[in-house]
Amino acid sequence: MKTLAQLKIGQKALILDVNIDTIPLKLLEMGCLPGNFVELLQIAPLGDPLYIDVNDSHVAIRKETALAITVEVVNEAL
Amino acid sequence: MSHKNLKVALIGNPNTGKTSVFNQLTGLKQQVGNYPGITVEKKIGFSKLTENLKATILDLPGTYSLNASSIDENVVIELLLNKNDANYPDVAVVVTEVENLKRNLLLFTQIKDLEIPTILAINMSDRMDYKGISLDIPYLEEQLKTKIALISSRKNIGIDNLKHLIADYKTLSTEPCLNASSIDVDYFDKLRHAFPKELLYKLWLVITQDVNFGELERKEIAEKSFAKSNSELKKMQQKETIKRYQFINDVLKVGYTIDSSKAKGVRATLDRILMHKVFGYVIFFAILMLIFQSVFSWSSIPMDFIDESFAKLASLSKEHLPPGLLTDLVSEGIIPGIGGVVIFIPQIAFLFLFISVLEESGYMSRVVFLMDKIMRRFGLSGKSVVPLISGTACAIPAIMASRNIENWKERLITILITPFTTCSARLPVYAILIALIIPDKRILGILNLQGLTLMALYLLGFFMAIFSAYILNKILKIKSKSYFVIEMPNYRLPLFKNVAINVIEKTKSFVVGAGKIILAISIILWFLGSHGMSHEYANAETIVKERIQKQGLTRFNQNYIDNTLSEHYTALQDSVAKNIYKINSQDIADSIAAKKIELFEKVENQEISSFKLEKSFIGVLGKGIEPVIRPLGYDWKIGIAVITSFAAREVFIGTLASIYSVDSEEEATIKSRMEAEVNPVTGDKIFNFATGISLLLFYAFAMQCISTLAITKKETNSWKWPVIQLVFMSTFAYTVSLIVYQILK
Repeated sequence: MKTLAQLKIGQKALILDVNIDTIPLKLLEMGCLPGNFVELLQIAPLGDPLYIDVNDSHVAIRKETALAITVEVVNEAL
Repeated sequence: MSHKNLKVALIGNPNTGKTSVFNQLTGLKQQVGNYPGITVEKKIGFSKLTENLKATILDLPGTYSLNASSIDENVVIELLLNKNDANYPDVAVVVTEVENLKRNLLLFTQIKDLEIPTILAINMSDRMDYKGISLDIPYLEEQLKTKIALISSRKNIGIDNLKHLIADYKTLSTEPCLNASSIDVDYFDKLRHAFPKELLYKLWLVITQDVNFGELERKEIAEKSFAKSNSELKKMQQKETIKRYQFINDVLKVGYTIDSSKAKGVRATLDRILMHKVFGYVIFFAILMLIFQSVFSWSSIPMDFIDESFAKLASLSKEHLPPGLLTDLVSEGIIPGIGGVVIFIPQIAFLFLFISVLEESGYMSRVVFLMDKIMRRFGLSGKSVVPLISGTACAIPAIMASRNIENWKERLITILITPFTTCSARLPVYAILIALIIPDKRILGILNLQGLTLMALYLLGFFMAIFSAYILNKILKIKSKSYFVIEMPNYRLPLFKNVAINVIEKTKSFVVGAGKIILAISIILWFLGSHGMSHEYANAETIVKERIQKQGLTRFNQNYIDNTLSEHYTALQDSVAKNIYKINSQDIADSIAAKKIELFEKVENQEISSFKLEKSFIGVLGKGIEPVIRPLGYDWKIGIAVITSFAAREVFIGTLASIYSVDSEEEATIKSRMEAEVNPVTGDKIFNFATGISLLLFYAFAMQCISTLAITKKETNSWKWPVIQLVFMSTFAYTVSLIVYQILK
């Protein structure tokens, strides 16, 4: 099982599950929900935060949050 | 007004151009204030909808949904749930952005559930062709049970149509567009039966939100055992969100099509450069340098002008008004006091010009992304970088710049620590003290010792700021959710109108908010410095004149006159020798005599004002605190200067000049006079190395600026934080100076 934090830059993935207790509701409302797609766009220097495109929302989240999102890779990085 | 204005609330996600829509609807007819008790900005504007219908427009803080996670968002919910609120809207306009319609509609469906007449404004519609987006408006209106206004606030398209729709609000449907309660039919059925009068969605919000509304309702809900554990609630909220998205996706599948072969935009390219691990920082620091440059040096041109104009105005009023206490109050108290407020305007305007351009363009979010990890260690936000750097020019605009930090704890820490950075008002104080106590030598051939000391003081200030942030982060127990989700908006060219309105607003809020405190305290300080109770104060002129007759001038002043006269004499002799003037020895003697009288009068006046200052209230205060500051190596004269520099740190030098009865315009004279100052008992120099270092450290750390305290009061909306700031910084400064002086002396 992979989490969002383990994706490589440019990889696209399907969200399988999110840990409801640690994920901010705001992120869910932006569309970070099981069944939606997510792409890792960039990682900040020092490895944190992560810049993702989820459900067409472009957001930065911290690594601790990304660890609570389980994903399945659908598209290898180009 | 003959009849009531229509009340309109603008609601929408951040970055949808909601504020632009607000500006387009209202122009400059805006009022900015705060919601009572909190620091969230409340913006109200007025708009003429039709010939005889006017509207009051409330620009609510940007929010992603009705599930609040910040004070800003609480404001939105509290208003929408309280029908008795004076601002409760007759009609809501949900502002969305065409490229992010899916996400924006989540909030829309929630507002619809509150059964408020709602209009859907789809902004940035001018970008539809470019992005290959097409909308089936009639279908969307039918499914979403609303009226849609396609607008572009940037290009002023569709605003009139929006006004018409608002005016026709009575025709809007108030029916919800989906049945969200189907996520748990049993639970919601019971809830409906228990509170038949209330709106179901409102009850649900009361259950899930931690905001203030009817205590009674909340208690009742708990009593009737509808309360659930946080985890259960969150699960239901997730279900609710999924449900809403299902509905939205179904609607958009038909009503929203996008031709993906069209332009992808410049976002990806710009992101790659601006957020690059090397270039990203290089660009960011280049921008910071530009901001610093503008606040520090460009604004000095208008500032010098303001300074001179107010000085001229003060002396004009002194000359032309009848002499008396009232004239003194105007020319020495009020005019310089107002000048002390106005002088900050150029810096504030420049800083906010840059900040609003950075915010509007979408760049600020990228800065947060780059700086977050580094700043987080100290309890700061990625956005704290801007206040910290601008603090090197002046803490006032810097503290105002912290408004962009959403997290209250991070913002508060930023406000509290910013005054530690070396602001430009400390520079003159540092410069003269360094010149006095640090030898003008070079070490290692190239490094100037005085320059190194100045640099060390800058670094010290920055280090102290970071260190206090670290400590405050550990001490402050403020409940503020530490979530971090930052939207990276599309890059956009900043709109001149938005930037201009923002700059004007920020400047106005400083002048109105902090200005009156600064003015009041400047007048108090002026009064204390120019009034005294004693017999000696009242008869200062006679006393000093008698003393000069009996004992002569002070040794320093006598030497000053002698030296100046002999220089004058040599100069005259020279010019005679070189045949520049054709004058005889009688002319020279006359010239010297005239010069002597002029100098004597000048020095006599200086000695009188020195004596007056000593006997004034501030002088008495300075002597009063001498026992306290003696262990730091200061005498009462320095004490007076420390007190008066609360008006602004650079006043330190002017006060010393005045108390040493020398001309405050001549820096070299002040310096040599300070050098000559000795302890009357021991005969040792007052400004020795130990006292100098102790003073430098005191000025580096002490909270000696009423203007900063005033702005902290304004920004935190309470006296608690400026008082803590004053006590913490000044105690720290005192302790450090005490220890250092005792070690060095």
